[in-house]
Amino acid sequence: MSGLLVEARGLTRRFAEIHALKHLDLDVQTGEAVAILGPNGAGKTTLLRLLATLLRPSAGSLKLFGKPLNDGGAQARRQIGFLSHSSFLYPDLTPIENLEFYAAAFRVTDASERVREALNEVGLLGWRNRPVGTLSRGMEQRCALARALLHRPSLLLLDEPFSGLDVDSAAMLSAILRREHEQGATILMTTHELPRALEACSRGIVLARGEARWDGSLIDVDLDALRQTYSASTSAS
Amino acid sequence: MTSRAIAWTDSLLPPLTFFTMASALYLVFVYVPTDEAQGIVQRIFYFHVPIAMMTYCSVATVALFSILYLWRGDRVYDRVAHAGGELAVFFCSLVLITGPIWARPIWGTWWTWDARLTATLILWLIYAAYLMLRSVSPGVEGARYAAVLGIVGAFDVPIINRAVYWWRTIHPAVLVNREGGTGLTDPRMQLALAVSFVGFFLLFLLLLRLRTDSLRLTDSVEDLRQQALTA
Amino acid sequence: MSGLLALIRKDLRVELRTKETLASLLLLGILTLLVLSFAFEPGSESRGEAAPGALWVAVTFSAVLGMNRSFASERDNDCLQGLLLCPVDRGTIYLAKAAANFLFMMAAQAVILPVFVFFFDQTISSSWLGVMACLALGVLGLSAVGTLFAAIAVRTRAREVMLPLLMLPLVVPLFIGGIRTTARLLAGRPLADVAQWLNLMLAFDLVFLVVGWLVFAYAVEE
Repeated sequence: MSGLLVEARGLTRRFAEIHALKHLDLDVQTGEAVAILGPNGAGKTTLLRLLATLLRPSAGSLKLFGKPLNDGGAQARRQIGFLSHSSFLYPDLTPIENLEFYAAAFRVTDASERVREALNEVGLLGWRNRPVGTLSRGMEQRCALARALLHRPSLLLLDEPFSGLDVDSAAMLSAILRREHEQGATILMTTHELPRALEACSRGIVLARGEARWDGSLIDVDLDALRQTYSASTSAS
Repeated sequence: MTSRAIAWTDSLLPPLTFFTMASALYLVFVYVPTDEAQGIVQRIFYFHVPIAMMTYCSVATVALFSILYLWRGDRVYDRVAHAGGELAVFFCSLVLITGPIWARPIWGTWWTWDARLTATLILWLIYAAYLMLRSVSPGVEGARYAAVLGIVGAFDVPIINRAVYWWRTIHPAVLVNREGGTGLTDPRMQLALAVSFVGFFLLFLLLLRLRTDSLRLTDSVEDLRQQALTA
Repeated sequence: MSGLLALIRKDLRVELRTKETLASLLLLGILTLLVLSFAFEPGSESRGEAAPGALWVAVTFSAVLGMNRSFASERDNDCLQGLLLCPVDRGTIYLAKAAANFLFMMAAQAVILPVFVFFFDQTISSSWLGVMACLALGVLGLSAVGTLFAAIAVRTRAREVMLPLLMLPLVVPLFIGGIRTTARLLAGRPLADVAQWLNLMLAFDLVFLVVGWLVFAYAVEE
């Protein structure tokens, strides 16, 4: 076992003739917390969706958990938690019903206890029996977080998780991410807010137009150099 | 296919098709004797049958290249499937036009609910839906959906034919299916049919090639446009 | 397998909460029977002959129009992506949806069939078991084809018209087989007489369940 959780070589993804991602090479070690930075249209979401096996690469190879995705990715997905702008929750079902479904689909062993535990962690235990469609946006996002963590995934993929969150929810998310990281989970998070990236992650990758422009440690990083690379990649070239 | 082979085909196919079709026209309208039972209108048979065969050829093309496209992802396969779909509707329409033209003088009605023609009508509807699906969802997504339909449609064809055939033959009160074999004993008639067959097959290949190429050019233009927009 | 059951249970739960699909299927079926009742004079010969046709028109049209709903429920909050994130094959998602649609349509038949008996003045006899078996085969095929194309239709522009347009020519064998079988069974013919039609419908069902299972990934992934 190489200890590489993610191993991508020449990863390319086209949408018609638009190259969202161009020949990206990426190695992520188990336990790393990586921030993927970049302007809109850089390919951040595309990269995350490729890693979550929601998209197939147009070219290149991808190995997750040390193995290529042979069975269409079903095995890999068991250990992946994906958080996106959409909550993937059925509005007519309650949080508890939604999580019970995902627990069954992900074959979580201690399903009912785990569901309660997850809801409790995000502070939704009091709203567990109200349909998700009646919850506020913030509560829905917290429920989505519970959904993503329900099956104790070892790889967390988060697409702009802090955007639109109120202060309390943001603090809760930070705390949860920190705890997951300490317990050995690997985290890949896209964001366009540098402060969030610095706070939560130890490594940063700047993407622009489908290519990696910068890849390095965020600890003791030269902020000015990083900001320069970032603005250079943001402006049209 | 290598570009040399393609260039070869491109220069040979049109004249060959023209020559064969011209021969077929001569044979069918001048050479072949008039059928005693059905009269002049029977000559449509020499076109109707090959055209019907080309319909099935087109359907098979759509199915094969749809599978190849889903499996391999190369857009060339999608273009051939698309062209095949257009040809399926084209040849199907011709069958549905020549059929009634043939039936009317002989049986006095335009449409006899004959098994073959009914099955062809259903086929027409499936591939017309194929073309509509393409027009309603453009790009790569539409290509994938069309490929799914192309595959499902082809699997359905034998089942549809069986169902419609049983439907008609279990009803003896209805007009007998006229296409019972060629029943052609006269070698001149057999020749005319064979040449017509070859002619229409060459026409199918020619049209397939022309349409696929035309779609390739459309795609190139669209690609250039996209690149210009995002540059 | 547990994934399959979890998916089916989820669809049943959502449907029990909203009842939208069931309502569409029921209302469309009953309305179609009503409209066809106006097409054939009550008490006339042709009405009796048309009865099997009327039943199958109602079943087919309610299926074709009602199955648009089956993926509409996955549109809110991008739930389809949520399904694609589950550690199940895409083919399993298809089978689960097809199974759920089958159950909903059979539940609708539990009402449509009695309404048919009522409107078209049918007498119940033992041959009705055969009719129900035939309906089950037809509904299974409608579900197999409908689930696949509903996934496609919901992502296209003209989505309301796309599903009927795609489905109706494809399900003609089920339609013909269903009407022929129902007509014969109601006329008192034995089951052996309709065996070949039932086999055809069964073959249709199996072929399209397998094809759907194989190609569903292409209909639903990006």
